[in-house]
Amino acid sequence: MKDLARFVNANAALVRRGRYLNTRFLVEVGDDGYLVVIRDGMVQSVTPGPFVMQDWDFALRAAPDTWEKFWLAIPPPGYHDLIALMRYKRLRVEGNMLIFMRNLLYVKGLMASLRPAGAAQ
Amino acid sequence: MKPSFEPIIGRYLNLELLGKPHRLYIEEAGQGVPLLCLHTAGADARQYRGVLNDPEVLRHHRVVTFDLPWHGRSSPPPGWHNEEYKLTSRDYMDVILAVSDALGLDRPIAMGCSIGGRVALHLALHYPERFRSIIGLQSGAHVSRYFDSSYLHRSDVHGGEACAGVVSGLIGPFSPDSDRWETLWHYMQGGPGVFLGDLYFYQLEGDIRADVAKIDTNRCPLYLLTGEYDYSCSPDDTREVAKQAAGIDVTIMERLGHFPMSENPAPFLSYLRPVLERIRAATA
Repeated sequence: MKDLARFVNANAALVRRGRYLNTRFLVEVGDDGYLVVIRDGMVQSVTPGPFVMQDWDFALRAAPDTWEKFWLAIPPPGYHDLIALMRYKRLRVEGNMLIFMRNLLYVKGLMASLRPAGAAQ
Repeated sequence: MKPSFEPIIGRYLNLELLGKPHRLYIEEAGQGVPLLCLHTAGADARQYRGVLNDPEVLRHHRVVTFDLPWHGRSSPPPGWHNEEYKLTSRDYMDVILAVSDALGLDRPIAMGCSIGGRVALHLALHYPERFRSIIGLQSGAHVSRYFDSSYLHRSDVHGGEACAGVVSGLIGPFSPDSDRWETLWHYMQGGPGVFLGDLYFYQLEGDIRADVAKIDTNRCPLYLLTGEYDYSCSPDDTREVAKQAAGIDVTIMERLGHFPMSENPAPFLSYLRPVLERIRAATA
Protein backbone atom coordinates (compact mmCIF):
# COMPACT_ATOMS: atom_id res chain seq x y z
CA MET A 1 0.00 0.00 0.00
CA LYS A 2 2.92 2.33 0.67
CA ASP A 3 3.73 2.31 -3.08
CA LEU A 4 0.21 3.28 -4.12
CA ALA A 5 0.95 6.94 -4.86
CA ARG A 6 3.91 6.07 -7.08
CA PHE A 7 1.90 3.64 -9.25
CA VAL A 8 -1.33 5.63 -9.46
CA ASN A 9 0.13 9.07 -10.03
CA ALA A 10 2.32 7.76 -12.88
CA ASN A 11 -0.78 6.37 -14.64
CA ALA A 12 -2.09 9.36 -16.61
CA ALA A 13 -5.20 7.54 -17.90
CA LEU A 14 -6.21 6.50 -14.38
CA VAL A 15 -5.60 9.97 -12.93
CA ARG A 16 -7.69 11.46 -15.75
CA ARG A 17 -10.52 9.01 -15.00
CA GLY A 18 -10.56 10.25 -11.41
CA ARG A 19 -9.80 13.91 -12.03
CA TYR A 20 -13.01 15.15 -10.34
CA LEU A 21 -12.62 12.83 -7.36
CA ASN A 22 -11.69 14.13 -3.93
CA THR A 23 -12.13 11.59 -1.18
CA ARG A 24 -10.50 9.73 1.67
CA PHE A 25 -11.01 6.02 2.07
CA LEU A 26 -9.76 3.24 4.29
CA VAL A 27 -8.12 0.04 3.11
CA GLU A 28 -7.84 -2.71 5.70
CA VAL A 29 -5.45 -5.57 5.14
CA GLY A 30 -6.53 -7.71 8.06
CA ASP A 31 -5.81 -5.62 11.17
CA ASP A 32 -3.62 -3.12 9.32
CA GLY A 33 -5.41 0.00 8.14
CA TYR A 34 -4.29 2.53 5.54
CA LEU A 35 -5.98 5.87 4.98
CA VAL A 36 -5.79 6.90 1.32
CA VAL A 37 -6.40 10.55 0.46
CA ILE A 38 -7.29 11.32 -3.18
CA ARG A 39 -7.06 14.85 -4.58
CA ASP A 40 -8.19 15.42 -8.19
CA GLY A 41 -7.55 11.79 -9.05
CA MET A 42 -4.02 11.72 -7.57
CA VAL A 43 -3.04 9.86 -4.42
CA GLN A 44 -2.05 12.66 -2.07
CA SER A 45 -1.13 10.44 0.88
CA VAL A 46 -1.29 6.92 2.26
CA THR A 47 -1.18 6.89 6.06
CA PRO A 48 -0.87 3.63 7.98
CA GLY A 49 -2.91 3.18 11.17
CA PRO A 50 -3.65 2.81 13.96
CA PHE A 51 -6.12 5.69 13.88
CA VAL A 52 -7.98 7.57 16.58
CA MET A 53 -11.45 8.83 15.61
CA GLN A 54 -10.46 8.77 11.92
CA ASP A 55 -13.22 9.57 9.42
CA TRP A 56 -13.38 8.34 5.84
CA ASP A 57 -15.92 8.14 3.00
CA PHE A 58 -15.75 4.39 2.42
CA ALA A 59 -13.74 1.41 3.58
CA LEU A 60 -12.46 -1.70 1.77
CA ARG A 61 -11.84 -4.51 4.25
CA ALA A 62 -10.37 -7.93 3.48
CA ALA A 63 -8.01 -10.51 4.98
CA PRO A 64 -4.28 -10.36 4.13
CA ASP A 65 -4.37 -13.59 2.05
CA THR A 66 -7.29 -12.20 0.03
CA TRP A 67 -5.36 -9.05 -0.92
CA GLU A 68 -2.25 -11.16 -1.54
CA LYS A 69 -4.12 -13.18 -4.18
CA PHE A 70 -5.87 -10.08 -5.58
CA TRP A 71 -2.47 -8.46 -6.15
CA LEU A 72 -0.95 -11.41 -8.05
CA ALA A 73 -0.14 -10.71 -11.72
CA ILE A 74 -2.75 -13.35 -12.66
CA PRO A 75 -5.14 -13.75 -9.72
CA PRO A 76 -7.13 -16.99 -9.45
CA PRO A 77 -10.84 -16.88 -10.42
CA GLY A 78 -12.88 -15.01 -7.82
CA TYR A 79 -9.85 -13.03 -6.57
CA HIS A 80 -9.33 -10.97 -9.74
CA ASP A 81 -11.73 -8.07 -9.09
CA LEU A 82 -13.20 -6.04 -6.21
CA ILE A 83 -16.79 -6.97 -7.10
CA ALA A 84 -15.71 -10.62 -7.42
CA LEU A 85 -14.29 -10.40 -3.88
CA MET A 86 -17.60 -8.90 -2.71
CA ARG A 87 -19.59 -11.61 -4.48
CA TYR A 88 -17.73 -14.32 -2.54
CA LYS A 89 -17.88 -12.27 0.70
CA ARG A 90 -14.12 -11.88 0.91
CA LEU A 91 -14.30 -8.08 0.75
CA ARG A 92 -16.54 -5.81 2.78
CA VAL A 93 -17.20 -2.38 1.31
CA GLU A 94 -18.74 0.00 3.82
CA GLY A 95 -19.56 3.69 4.14
CA ASN A 96 -20.71 6.02 1.38
CA MET A 97 -21.61 3.62 -1.44
CA LEU A 98 -22.53 6.50 -3.76
CA ILE A 99 -18.92 7.72 -3.91
CA PHE A 100 -17.67 4.16 -4.38
CA MET A 101 -20.15 3.34 -7.17
CA ARG A 102 -19.69 6.68 -8.95
CA ASN A 103 -15.99 5.96 -9.18
CA LEU A 104 -16.03 2.18 -9.45
CA LEU A 105 -13.76 1.91 -12.50
CA TYR A 106 -11.29 4.33 -10.90
CA VAL A 107 -11.21 2.55 -7.54
CA LYS A 108 -10.82 -0.82 -9.27
CA GLY A 109 -7.96 0.56 -11.36
CA LEU A 110 -6.35 2.12 -8.30
CA MET A 111 -6.37 -1.11 -6.27
CA ALA A 112 -5.23 -3.18 -9.29
CA SER A 113 -2.30 -0.81 -9.86
CA LEU A 114 -0.44 -2.63 -7.07
CA ARG A 115 -0.23 -5.73 -9.28
CA PRO A 116 3.14 -6.37 -10.95
CA ALA A 117 3.77 -4.24 -14.06
CA GLY A 118 2.01 -5.53 -17.18
CA ALA A 119 -0.77 -7.31 -15.28
CA ALA A 120 -4.39 -6.81 -16.35
CA GLN A 121 -6.07 -3.84 -14.66
CA MET B 1 -3.05 -0.72 -42.64
CA LYS B 2 -4.90 -1.69 -45.83
CA PRO B 3 -8.63 -0.88 -45.68
CA SER B 4 -10.79 -3.99 -45.81
CA PHE B 5 -14.46 -4.89 -45.40
CA GLU B 6 -15.57 -7.62 -43.03
CA PRO B 7 -17.99 -10.28 -44.38
CA ILE B 8 -20.74 -8.98 -42.03
CA ILE B 9 -23.83 -7.37 -43.60
CA GLY B 10 -25.86 -5.11 -41.28
CA ARG B 11 -29.47 -4.17 -42.04
CA TYR B 12 -32.54 -2.73 -40.36
CA LEU B 13 -35.66 -4.88 -40.08
CA ASN B 14 -39.05 -3.31 -39.47
CA LEU B 15 -41.48 -5.63 -37.73
CA GLU B 16 -44.11 -5.72 -35.04
CA LEU B 17 -42.89 -6.98 -31.66
CA LEU B 18 -44.90 -7.16 -28.45
CA GLY B 19 -47.78 -5.31 -30.13
CA LYS B 20 -45.73 -2.32 -31.29
CA PRO B 21 -43.79 -1.40 -34.43
CA HIS B 22 -40.05 -1.87 -34.00
CA ARG B 23 -36.93 -1.04 -36.00
CA LEU B 24 -34.35 -3.72 -35.30
CA TYR B 25 -30.69 -3.85 -36.28
CA ILE B 26 -29.58 -7.22 -37.65
CA GLU B 27 -26.19 -8.53 -38.73
CA GLU B 28 -25.39 -11.69 -40.60
CA ALA B 29 -22.63 -13.53 -42.45
CA GLY B 30 -22.00 -16.97 -43.90
CA GLN B 31 -24.22 -19.66 -45.38
CA GLY B 32 -25.58 -22.95 -44.11
CA VAL B 33 -27.15 -24.11 -40.87
CA PRO B 34 -28.60 -21.00 -39.22
CA LEU B 35 -26.95 -19.93 -35.95
CA LEU B 36 -28.89 -17.22 -34.09
CA CYS B 37 -26.73 -15.36 -31.54
CA LEU B 38 -28.06 -13.44 -28.51
CA HIS B 39 -26.01 -10.75 -26.75
CA THR B 40 -25.64 -10.11 -23.01
CA ALA B 41 -27.57 -7.65 -20.83
CA GLY B 42 -26.88 -3.98 -21.48
CA ALA B 43 -24.75 -4.64 -24.57
CA ASP B 44 -25.38 -5.39 -28.26
CA ALA B 45 -24.65 -7.73 -31.16
CA ARG B 46 -21.12 -6.38 -31.68
CA GLN B 47 -20.13 -8.91 -29.03
CA TYR B 48 -20.34 -11.60 -31.75
CA ARG B 49 -17.89 -9.89 -34.13
CA GLY B 50 -15.41 -12.74 -33.67
CA VAL B 51 -17.94 -15.43 -34.58
CA LEU B 52 -19.23 -13.39 -37.54
CA ASN B 53 -15.68 -13.05 -38.85
CA ASP B 54 -14.56 -16.66 -38.41
CA PRO B 55 -14.11 -18.31 -41.86
CA GLU B 56 -14.44 -21.81 -40.37
CA VAL B 57 -17.85 -21.01 -38.80
CA LEU B 58 -19.05 -19.06 -41.86
CA ARG B 59 -18.25 -22.00 -44.15
CA HIS B 60 -20.96 -24.04 -42.42
CA HIS B 61 -23.35 -21.52 -40.89
CA ARG B 62 -25.54 -18.57 -41.66
CA VAL B 63 -24.69 -16.61 -38.52
CA VAL B 64 -27.36 -14.09 -37.55
CA THR B 65 -27.37 -11.72 -34.60
CA PHE B 66 -29.48 -8.72 -33.68
CA ASP B 67 -29.61 -5.93 -31.15
CA LEU B 68 -32.55 -6.43 -28.81
CA PRO B 69 -35.04 -3.53 -28.77
CA TRP B 70 -33.55 -0.64 -26.69
CA HIS B 71 -30.00 -1.95 -27.36
CA GLY B 72 -27.26 -1.01 -29.79
CA ARG B 73 -28.72 0.34 -33.02
CA SER B 74 -32.22 -1.05 -32.43
CA SER B 75 -34.59 1.67 -31.32
CA PRO B 76 -36.85 1.49 -28.32
CA PRO B 77 -40.54 1.40 -29.32
CA PRO B 78 -42.52 4.63 -29.79
CA GLY B 79 -43.50 6.03 -26.39
CA TRP B 80 -40.39 4.65 -24.68
CA HIS B 81 -39.83 7.94 -22.86
CA ASN B 82 -42.96 7.32 -20.78
CA GLU B 83 -42.21 3.75 -19.77
CA GLU B 84 -39.73 1.86 -17.63
CA TYR B 85 -37.87 -0.80 -19.58
CA LYS B 86 -38.09 -4.20 -17.90
CA LEU B 87 -37.23 -7.39 -19.78
CA THR B 88 -39.38 -10.45 -19.02
CA SER B 89 -38.90 -14.06 -20.11
CA ARG B 90 -42.18 -13.95 -22.07
CA ASP B 91 -41.20 -10.82 -24.02
CA TYR B 92 -37.64 -12.04 -24.54
CA MET B 93 -38.78 -15.37 -26.02
CA ASP B 94 -41.42 -13.64 -28.17
CA VAL B 95 -38.80 -11.31 -29.65
CA ILE B 96 -36.41 -14.18 -30.44
CA LEU B 97 -39.13 -16.30 -32.09
CA ALA B 98 -40.47 -13.32 -34.07
CA VAL B 99 -37.02 -12.43 -35.41
CA SER B 100 -36.34 -16.06 -36.31
CA ASP B 101 -39.67 -16.23 -38.19
CA ALA B 102 -39.18 -12.88 -39.93
CA LEU B 103 -35.80 -14.03 -41.27
CA GLY B 104 -37.16 -17.43 -42.28
CA LEU B 105 -34.66 -19.34 -40.14
CA ASP B 106 -35.42 -23.07 -40.22
CA ARG B 107 -34.89 -24.53 -36.76
CA PRO B 108 -31.77 -22.49 -36.09
CA ILE B 109 -29.17 -23.25 -33.47
CA ALA B 110 -29.76 -20.64 -30.77
CA MET B 111 -26.72 -19.40 -28.89
CA GLY B 112 -27.03 -16.83 -26.11
CA CYS B 113 -24.71 -15.44 -23.47
CA SER B 114 -25.56 -14.37 -19.89
CA ILE B 115 -29.20 -13.20 -20.14
CA GLY B 116 -28.99 -14.96 -23.52
CA GLY B 117 -27.66 -18.03 -21.73
CA ARG B 118 -30.56 -17.83 -19.30
CA VAL B 119 -33.19 -17.44 -22.02
CA ALA B 120 -31.52 -20.38 -23.75
CA LEU B 121 -32.79 -22.50 -20.83
CA HIS B 122 -36.29 -21.00 -21.19
CA LEU B 123 -36.25 -21.76 -24.93
CA ALA B 124 -35.03 -25.32 -24.31
CA LEU B 125 -37.92 -25.80 -21.88
CA HIS B 126 -40.76 -24.15 -23.85
CA TYR B 127 -39.75 -24.31 -27.53
CA PRO B 128 -37.47 -27.32 -28.08
CA GLU B 129 -39.12 -28.04 -31.45
CA ARG B 130 -38.14 -24.60 -32.76
CA PHE B 131 -34.38 -25.15 -32.47
CA ARG B 132 -32.10 -27.95 -33.68
CA SER B 133 -29.79 -27.31 -30.74
CA ILE B 134 -29.31 -24.67 -28.08
CA ILE B 135 -25.99 -23.36 -26.80
CA GLY B 136 -25.94 -21.46 -23.52
CA LEU B 137 -22.86 -19.38 -22.75
CA GLN B 138 -22.51 -18.45 -19.07
CA SER B 139 -25.83 -20.16 -18.36
CA GLY B 140 -27.18 -20.37 -14.85
CA ALA B 141 -30.72 -20.95 -13.58
CA HIS B 142 -30.56 -17.83 -11.37
CA VAL B 143 -28.06 -15.37 -9.92
CA SER B 144 -27.66 -14.22 -6.31
CA ARG B 145 -27.69 -10.45 -5.96
CA TYR B 146 -24.20 -9.30 -5.05
CA PHE B 147 -24.48 -5.57 -5.74
CA ASP B 148 -27.21 -2.92 -5.57
CA SER B 149 -28.21 -2.54 -9.22
CA SER B 150 -30.10 0.73 -8.61
CA TYR B 151 -26.72 2.53 -8.96
CA LEU B 152 -26.81 1.67 -12.67
CA HIS B 153 -29.55 4.21 -13.36
CA ARG B 154 -29.79 7.36 -11.28
CA SER B 155 -29.18 10.96 -12.21
CA ASP B 156 -26.19 11.44 -9.90
CA VAL B 157 -24.21 8.45 -11.27
CA HIS B 158 -22.85 8.22 -14.82
CA GLY B 159 -24.75 5.17 -16.07
CA GLY B 160 -22.30 4.12 -18.76
CA GLU B 161 -19.30 4.25 -16.45
CA ALA B 162 -21.19 2.49 -13.66
CA CYS B 163 -22.36 -0.31 -15.99
CA ALA B 164 -18.82 -0.84 -17.27
CA GLY B 165 -17.51 -0.68 -13.70
CA VAL B 166 -19.89 -3.37 -12.53
CA VAL B 167 -19.04 -5.78 -15.36
CA SER B 168 -15.33 -5.05 -15.89
CA GLY B 169 -14.21 -7.79 -13.49
CA LEU B 170 -16.35 -10.37 -15.25
CA ILE B 171 -13.70 -10.36 -17.98
CA GLY B 172 -10.88 -12.84 -17.42
CA PRO B 173 -7.36 -11.51 -16.74
CA PHE B 174 -5.97 -13.25 -19.83
CA SER B 175 -8.19 -11.33 -22.26
CA PRO B 176 -6.33 -8.85 -24.46
CA ASP B 177 -6.72 -5.17 -23.59
CA SER B 178 -8.24 -4.33 -27.00
CA ASP B 179 -11.11 -6.83 -26.68
CA ARG B 180 -11.54 -6.13 -22.95
CA TRP B 181 -12.07 -2.42 -23.52
CA GLU B 182 -14.14 -2.95 -26.69
CA THR B 183 -16.47 -5.09 -24.55
CA LEU B 184 -16.62 -2.39 -21.87
CA TRP B 185 -17.24 0.31 -24.49
CA HIS B 186 -20.46 -1.47 -25.51
CA TYR B 187 -21.58 -1.24 -21.88
CA MET B 188 -20.63 2.43 -21.68
CA GLN B 189 -22.80 3.07 -24.74
CA GLY B 190 -25.96 1.46 -23.39
CA GLY B 191 -29.07 3.65 -23.00
CA PRO B 192 -30.08 4.84 -19.52
CA GLY B 193 -31.74 2.09 -17.50
CA VAL B 194 -31.40 -0.56 -20.21
CA PHE B 195 -28.83 -2.77 -18.44
CA LEU B 196 -30.91 -2.40 -15.27
CA GLY B 197 -34.05 -3.39 -17.18
CA ASP B 198 -32.30 -6.50 -18.50
CA LEU B 199 -31.23 -7.39 -14.97
CA TYR B 200 -34.91 -7.51 -13.99
CA PHE B 201 -35.05 -10.68 -16.09
CA TYR B 202 -31.60 -11.92 -15.04
CA GLN B 203 -31.89 -11.32 -11.29
CA LEU B 204 -35.63 -11.69 -10.64
CA GLU B 205 -38.27 -12.62 -13.18
CA GLY B 206 -36.23 -15.08 -15.25
CA ASP B 207 -35.28 -17.37 -12.33
CA ILE B 208 -35.82 -20.84 -13.83
CA ARG B 209 -34.63 -23.00 -10.91
CA ALA B 210 -38.09 -24.49 -10.32
CA ASP B 211 -38.44 -25.68 -13.94
CA VAL B 212 -34.94 -26.51 -15.11
CA ALA B 213 -35.42 -30.23 -14.35
CA LYS B 214 -38.23 -30.33 -16.93
CA ILE B 215 -35.85 -29.60 -19.82
CA ASP B 216 -35.83 -32.57 -22.19
CA THR B 217 -32.55 -32.74 -24.09
CA ASN B 218 -33.94 -35.56 -26.27
CA ARG B 219 -36.19 -32.96 -27.88
CA CYS B 220 -33.43 -30.38 -28.27
CA PRO B 221 -29.77 -30.97 -27.38
CA LEU B 222 -28.39 -28.41 -24.91
CA TYR B 223 -24.74 -27.41 -24.68
CA LEU B 224 -23.52 -25.13 -21.88
CA LEU B 225 -20.12 -23.42 -22.10
CA THR B 226 -18.94 -21.33 -19.15
CA GLY B 227 -15.77 -19.30 -18.62
CA GLU B 228 -13.94 -20.05 -15.38
CA TYR B 229 -13.47 -16.38 -14.35
CA ASP B 230 -17.20 -15.60 -14.39
CA TYR B 231 -18.56 -14.83 -10.92
CA SER B 232 -22.01 -13.77 -12.18
CA CYS B 233 -22.70 -17.17 -13.69
CA SER B 234 -19.91 -19.28 -12.23
CA PRO B 235 -18.89 -22.76 -13.43
CA ASP B 236 -20.67 -24.14 -10.33
CA ASP B 237 -23.90 -22.38 -11.36
CA THR B 238 -23.69 -24.06 -14.78
CA ARG B 239 -22.85 -27.48 -13.27
CA GLU B 240 -25.88 -27.09 -11.00
CA VAL B 241 -28.13 -26.69 -14.08
CA ALA B 242 -26.61 -29.83 -15.63
CA LYS B 243 -27.30 -31.80 -12.44
CA GLN B 244 -31.01 -31.01 -12.74
CA ALA B 245 -31.67 -32.35 -16.25
CA ALA B 246 -30.11 -35.34 -18.00
CA GLY B 247 -28.06 -35.04 -21.17
CA ILE B 248 -26.79 -31.47 -20.83
CA ASP B 249 -23.27 -31.16 -22.22
CA VAL B 250 -21.08 -28.88 -20.07
CA THR B 251 -17.72 -27.36 -20.99
CA ILE B 252 -15.82 -25.12 -18.58
CA MET B 253 -13.68 -22.74 -20.60
CA GLU B 254 -10.29 -22.01 -19.07
CA ARG B 255 -9.00 -18.45 -18.87
CA LEU B 256 -12.30 -16.95 -20.07
CA GLY B 257 -14.86 -14.87 -18.19
CA HIS B 258 -18.48 -13.80 -18.65
CA PHE B 259 -18.16 -12.49 -22.24
CA PRO B 260 -16.18 -15.26 -23.97
CA MET B 261 -17.13 -14.39 -27.58
CA SER B 262 -16.30 -10.71 -27.07
CA GLU B 263 -13.52 -10.57 -24.46
CA ASN B 264 -11.26 -13.12 -26.17
CA PRO B 265 -12.73 -14.46 -29.44
CA ALA B 266 -9.86 -16.77 -30.51
CA PRO B 267 -9.87 -19.18 -27.53
CA PHE B 268 -13.68 -19.01 -27.41
CA LEU B 269 -13.87 -20.11 -31.06
CA SER B 270 -11.61 -23.07 -30.27
CA TYR B 271 -14.30 -24.20 -27.79
CA LEU B 272 -17.25 -23.34 -30.05
CA ARG B 273 -16.15 -24.94 -33.35
CA PRO B 274 -16.17 -28.57 -32.04
CA VAL B 275 -19.63 -28.03 -30.51
CA LEU B 276 -20.98 -26.76 -33.84
CA GLU B 277 -19.35 -29.71 -35.57
CA ARG B 278 -21.09 -32.15 -33.24
CA ILE B 279 -24.44 -30.42 -33.80
CA ARG B 280 -23.99 -30.60 -37.57
CA ALA B 281 -22.99 -34.26 -37.41
CA ALA B 282 -26.01 -35.11 -35.23
CA THR B 283 -28.52 -33.33 -37.46
CA ALA B 284 -27.01 -34.13 -40.88
